[in-house]
Amino acid sequence: MKEFLIGRLSMEALPHEWFTIGGSAFFGALILALVVILTVTKRWGWLWKEWLTSVDPKKIGIMYFIVAGFMLIARGGLEALMMWLQQALGSSDMPGFLGASHGYLSAEHFQQIFTAHGNIMVFFVAMGFIFGLINYIVPLQIGARDLASPFLNTLGFWLFVAGVVMVNMFFFVGGEYAATGWLAVAPLSGTEFSPGTGMDYLIWSLQISGIGTTLGAINFIMTILKMRAPGMTLWKMPAFTWGSLCSMIMAVTVFPLLTATLFLVFFDRYFDTHFFTTALGGNAMMYTNLIWMWGHPEVYILVLPAYGVFTEIVSTFSRKAIANYTSNIIGLIGVSLFALSVWLHHFFTMGAGADVNSFFGVMTIFIAIPTTVLVFTWIATMYKGRIRMTTPMLWFLGFIAVFTFGGVTGVMLAVPPVDFQFHNSLFLVAHFHSNVIGGVLFGVFAGISYWFPKIAGYRLNERLGRYAFWCWMIGFSLSFIPMYILGLMGATRRLDTYDASSGWQPFYVLMLIGGIIIAVGVALQLAQIIASVIQKRRLHDSTGDPWEGRTLEWAVPSPAPSYNFATIPQVTTRDAYWEMKKQGIPARKFEDIRMPKNTASGIYISIFAFLVGFALVWHINWLAIVSLIGAIVCVIARTFNDDTEYVVTAAEVEKMEETRMAKVRALHAEKDTGPDEDMGLLEFIKLVITWALNVIRTRRWRNQ
Amino acid sequence: MTKQTDKSRQNRAILYVVLWVFVLVLLFAVLLNGTDIRMLNPKGFVAQEEFKLIVFTTAVLLAIAVPTLFFLYFFAWKYRESNTKAKFDPDKKHGKFFIFCLWAIPVVFMLVLAPVMWVATHKLEPQKSIDSENKTLTVQVIALRWKWLFIYPEQHIATVNYVQVPVDTPVEFDLTADDMPMSSFWVPHWGGQLYAMTGMTNKLNLVPTTLGDSTGSSAEINGKGFAGMKFTARASSKQDFDAWVRHVKQLPGVLDMVEYESLLKPSENNPSAFYSMTEADLYDKVLMKYMGSHDHHMGQE
Amino acid sequence: MGVERYKDKTMAESVATSEMNHEAAANDRVMFGFWVYLMTDLLMFAVLFAVYAVLHGNTEGGPGGSDLFSQPLALAETLILLTSSFTCGIGMIAARRGNKNQVLVWFGITFLLGLAFLSLELQEFAEFIREGHALSSNAFFSSFFVLVGTHGLHIISGLFWMFVTLVFVLVRGLNRHLVRKLALLSLFWHFLDIVWIFIFTIVYLMAYV
Repeated sequence: MKEFLIGRLSMEALPHEWFTIGGSAFFGALILALVVILTVTKRWGWLWKEWLTSVDPKKIGIMYFIVAGFMLIARGGLEALMMWLQQALGSSDMPGFLGASHGYLSAEHFQQIFTAHGNIMVFFVAMGFIFGLINYIVPLQIGARDLASPFLNTLGFWLFVAGVVMVNMFFFVGGEYAATGWLAVAPLSGTEFSPGTGMDYLIWSLQISGIGTTLGAINFIMTILKMRAPGMTLWKMPAFTWGSLCSMIMAVTVFPLLTATLFLVFFDRYFDTHFFTTALGGNAMMYTNLIWMWGHPEVYILVLPAYGVFTEIVSTFSRKAIANYTSNIIGLIGVSLFALSVWLHHFFTMGAGADVNSFFGVMTIFIAIPTTVLVFTWIATMYKGRIRMTTPMLWFLGFIAVFTFGGVTGVMLAVPPVDFQFHNSLFLVAHFHSNVIGGVLFGVFAGISYWFPKIAGYRLNERLGRYAFWCWMIGFSLSFIPMYILGLMGATRRLDTYDASSGWQPFYVLMLIGGIIIAVGVALQLAQIIASVIQKRRLHDSTGDPWEGRTLEWAVPSPAPSYNFATIPQVTTRDAYWEMKKQGIPARKFEDIRMPKNTASGIYISIFAFLVGFALVWHINWLAIVSLIGAIVCVIARTFNDDTEYVVTAAEVEKMEETRMAKVRALHAEKDTGPDEDMGLLEFIKLVITWALNVIRTRRWRNQ
Repeated sequence: MTKQTDKSRQNRAILYVVLWVFVLVLLFAVLLNGTDIRMLNPKGFVAQEEFKLIVFTTAVLLAIAVPTLFFLYFFAWKYRESNTKAKFDPDKKHGKFFIFCLWAIPVVFMLVLAPVMWVATHKLEPQKSIDSENKTLTVQVIALRWKWLFIYPEQHIATVNYVQVPVDTPVEFDLTADDMPMSSFWVPHWGGQLYAMTGMTNKLNLVPTTLGDSTGSSAEINGKGFAGMKFTARASSKQDFDAWVRHVKQLPGVLDMVEYESLLKPSENNPSAFYSMTEADLYDKVLMKYMGSHDHHMGQE
Repeated sequence: MGVERYKDKTMAESVATSEMNHEAAANDRVMFGFWVYLMTDLLMFAVLFAVYAVLHGNTEGGPGGSDLFSQPLALAETLILLTSSFTCGIGMIAARRGNKNQVLVWFGITFLLGLAFLSLELQEFAEFIREGHALSSNAFFSSFFVLVGTHGLHIISGLFWMFVTLVFVLVRGLNRHLVRKLALLSLFWHFLDIVWIFIFTIVYLMAYV
């Protein structure tokens, strides 16, 4: 009876090791703090109405940023530091603590950490940031008011959140995560070699958020192809929109492969099928093929929008239109097409033979062709431009240096005999981190600093931004160049200990120091945001166009009103806003605007989806069935609901625009008595300490 | 005032970057002193060929990457806002020849690399046996949790976590696994790696050319004891090899099915072990265990 | 919707036109989006087909497709599903004409044909299971049951969707939202029919090649 009710749950599943106790205490304290703050400030209603049930892609975009940023710091980044520390201490002549033979992490624990690190960084940090950017910026760039399906948007976001909760769930219940590497190769991921619930948490967190991604990708494609402003043909779209379109078409092509493959792994574990098992006919190599057919395009899904961001940044800050827009866009398309045909280069060493290996090797190096063309168009854009060295432009310059390392080593790895040596060494790890950090993460940082004024209404503090950038560059060079060297020395990836005689330890120590410097960089980025909030008067963006931009998102005020454009613009050229500024911005004609209503159905469906996954992890069959029914009922309730929109009349729009203009005029009229320079680091630290002391002294929390 | 501080700040930044690169190079040179950079220190024919490929591809790629990066950073500096002397041409349009070059340059580089890659991949296919005046030595390898079992079918001896071969002799490692996720057999000094998987046999052909000891490991994660799955790979002279075989044949250990069953039990950081006799056709028996699952052998290309 | 708010008749007219444009544009988007979704579903099936192609020979010495499949049964299932696509098409024509009763009749027949298909398929599965062959027997059965079973699950979803929609048609009458839902549903139903043709060919027919 007990097994029917709670499946395989037992007292043992509750936290009883130092990291599960620590993790659940941390998350528990965080949730408690949030609940207390919301209750004391009476903001529950506001949170629910303004944010959680919102279908505004701008709000959803910001929520993606917050969740992705949180996962970067609290999980992914922390795990990286933990791994660096273990490897610095993991030499065979070092003592062991906390159950480890050397260092402080046992082999099983270390293996769980790098698995979680990979899953979280790819699925929740990178995808989260990219989806946040696309959500906020693409509708503004194409002159649309919303995405094609506001419901799919909120559903996709909450499924993403369900995945985030699932990947953190083991801290509370289960005590272990998968220890198979982020892609969980078979047969290591089967019940025979991974009997615990950790692997099941991996399956369901990826599966649920993967479905959310597929829905989101369908939504973005619908939006870009069907909701552009009149006159904006495909060939007039901004580069970021093109990068997003290529990325989402790839997503819609390959995420179903992931969904199917994860289901097959689930069947092997739950129903004892034999897809990837070692016995009774299973074929583990098939898993490798299937998962990398998804896995390789996935990294291009992440980087294509980043390429788009950089194209826009180079163009704006060089005060020139993109040189050879056509080559640039064909470059993006070329990368997407080639990326779908190279997956085998991840397992040259599995023994497919010279013909197959050479084919995939050649296809892989062909990706370098459109990528190089992209770089050339950026160089051509800067040529005879007038370049402003703002923080976004700095991130671009950093990206080029780091990403080139990754690209060059990538082409080296594409040569099968070379890969036979480098496969699964730290050289490989350094290669892909150069691409993911240099390309995707720097692209996100550049995009956020570029579009921050549009999102918040004020610029980011430039000084702290520069400090953060240099910390990242110095930290990265210290933590990843030694990694390339270690790879050349024959160090395999995923090692928790190694021979003292190998001479590897000094390099691991350097990597740890680099990692700490990167952590300082992240802290500075947080400080940058806080300092900008403090100085928002001074950094205020009153025109909506702080950088003298070229594309449509700069035509709306900062931050953009809920309906984006009061009047949908008529587009005649590329760089539509630049053209509008030249011709003179047309007189506005107000009209009624149809807006989608808020909905909680995304939240409810995702809660049920989470429960289905959780129930299947613990084999609580009745709960899985009931939750599935619940999800279906919610879907029916939403899709058969015909009343999902409301109208903002032309008069109301005009009034809102008037109110906003009045506020801007008032801000302009105010004398700016503040400092004439962005806050520096020392000043910021002083301010924070003073504020903290003040709060403690006056016990301000009592008055709320 | 802003323009002046901008300019001096930019110049200082460039100086610091150059200094930092210098510091890093120095630091790495010091730390690398006396260490063994295995992939750049080939001790086998295959490793030597792979090393030559590494150098060649690096050279080709640097030939395109260095000028590209130079122009990018040079233009970023030359056309910066504070440099009023640089020409500003916002409506600059590039002609057809420029676009042609844009695409032709990377295509040419890749067309140089592609045939080299094709030829090299076929030449260095691990499953291909290596021509030599010396007869190929066959060593059967079974990946077990978490150690490597080496069987010498012609000499009828076996070892755990230790393999010795005569120098300048082609060795064909027949790789498989038992009760084990996928593993990867790798001796960086001798050449590239190849996967060892249950129910399949992969042939890795290597030729050590330098006397001495090297370290081998599993390059693919296969469970808890993964990091400890290391073995010693020794290349000795032919006489020393024969003497070693004779020595092992006189040792008490025997690899019969009972001993094999105990080896199947998971264990970590196994010390080397030696067996003077082996169960007949043990390797084939292990393959047959999974043969119902798989009808095809790898490596029959 | 919202038209009644305007007292001025010409205003109401222009709002009505813009509403119709809005409706047409929204319909266009939804249909397009649903096509994209169908492509993702097709790709999922492609994985299952590829898996079946790789694994169908791994019968571990046990019986394979040629020993077990009944071609008459598969043919019957195919004809039933093809006919149901036809009746679905007629139902859709009725829907566009606004004929509520015809919609109920023709989609009702489609529903019954779908049920017939399902019962034949479940009978086949039950027979295999009675003979001792299950999902977990070997790789051949795993891939067979999952491929054909996933299609069956899609059929069940389609039938459930059909049932709910027809209930709403009965209760609310045929409005343009429900017509659009029926259009999406028929797309889904035809898609499942096409997938079945592939299953019929690759699983049932090619077993005898």
